[in-house]
Amino acid sequence: MADKLHVDIVTVEGRRFKGDADFVVAPGSEGELGILPRHIPLLTPLAPGSVKVRNEGEEQFFFVSGGFLEVRPDQVTVLADSAERADDIDEARAEEARRRAESLLQQKLSDVDQAAATTALARAEARLRLAELRRRRRV
Amino acid sequence: MQAVAASKLRRVQVRAEAARPYADRMAEVLTEVASRTTGSPHPFLTERPIKKRLLILVTADRGLAGGLNVNAIRVALTYIRQGEETVLDTIGRKGRDYFRRLGVPIIAEVSGTGDRPELKDILPAVTVARDEYLKGSVDQVALVHTHFASISRLVPTVSILIPVQVPERKEGIRVDYLYEPEPEEVLARLLPRYVEAQVYAAVLDNLASFYAAQTIAMRNATDNAGELIDDLTMLRNKVRQATITKELSEIVGGAEALAAG
Repeated sequence: MADKLHVDIVTVEGRRFKGDADFVVAPGSEGELGILPRHIPLLTPLAPGSVKVRNEGEEQFFFVSGGFLEVRPDQVTVLADSAERADDIDEARAEEARRRAESLLQQKLSDVDQAAATTALARAEARLRLAELRRRRRV
Repeated sequence: MQAVAASKLRRVQVRAEAARPYADRMAEVLTEVASRTTGSPHPFLTERPIKKRLLILVTADRGLAGGLNVNAIRVALTYIRQGEETVLDTIGRKGRDYFRRLGVPIIAEVSGTGDRPELKDILPAVTVARDEYLKGSVDQVALVHTHFASISRLVPTVSILIPVQVPERKEGIRVDYLYEPEPEEVLARLLPRYVEAQVYAAVLDNLASFYAAQTIAMRNATDNAGELIDDLTMLRNKVRQATITKELSEIVGGAEALAAG
């Protein structure tokens, strides 16, 4: 049996690829890496770029925005960051989450509480009506 | 609505399952790397005296789910009261609204992530927590969410996120990796991803709990309504019977009075 690499490309949101390959090329953070079966165990972060998986002459490409590459003699695992993330975008979003919390604190409680109070009142009234019905039934 | 919640529960469970391979491999790799590094440990792995804490509270955006959110909030309250000053970072509307009314400081909030939360939706909350820890303004980051053990067992859980608890090594051969760059550097990049993956998993877990709780709440509501319908039907029949009897006796009474006259 010919040597094969078992390739597994996973992101936190799910598996993107699982299958055999003869040859894998990945964008390591220190430079492009070509991996053949019986490679020495290796662990490296990935730079944004594409992972190429070749199996019996057929090639498939996967874009990764970063992540990690774990290599074992018969196995390649790509722990990929989802394509949509980038540190600057993340920071901007974090800032927004902070601002939202602040502006919430400054807002008056009124409208939220008003709504909550109204529903509570309606619920209490419904409960009273129900109690009334039940009482009449027992008479 | 019970059927709707049940089918959504199944869908969420599929998503939670999909996140498993990444989390599992990540944990394995982290264990390996952490045992390999020497020298000064990464700040995420260093315990320091706790002066201030940050709690990431995961609740649902919506209610109609029995005691789900209330129970999670109660666990969060216990955590806050047992110890040093705590600031909150909320994921989900219910927890946010509660603690806002209570006046506990909320430094970041994420809500409205819906039925299909993506990592990028919850990242802001994690990034804020990570930054606060690295800045030194908090010394511990904890996470509260409701764990889906089974449909009838939903367990509100507290876990410590940072300092990171490196998972125990499972049985098996040690892999002696070649690191590129140095193991310390690799570890420094792995740790934040590991924390993110844990929070993401918790959000999915919580969502599964939410739909489980909603399924049960709706089933109870249906049962209660059924009982009420039975009671009311009985009441209606009794009233009808009474009216007929009354009318009959009036007619009979009238007829007799005529005959007597």
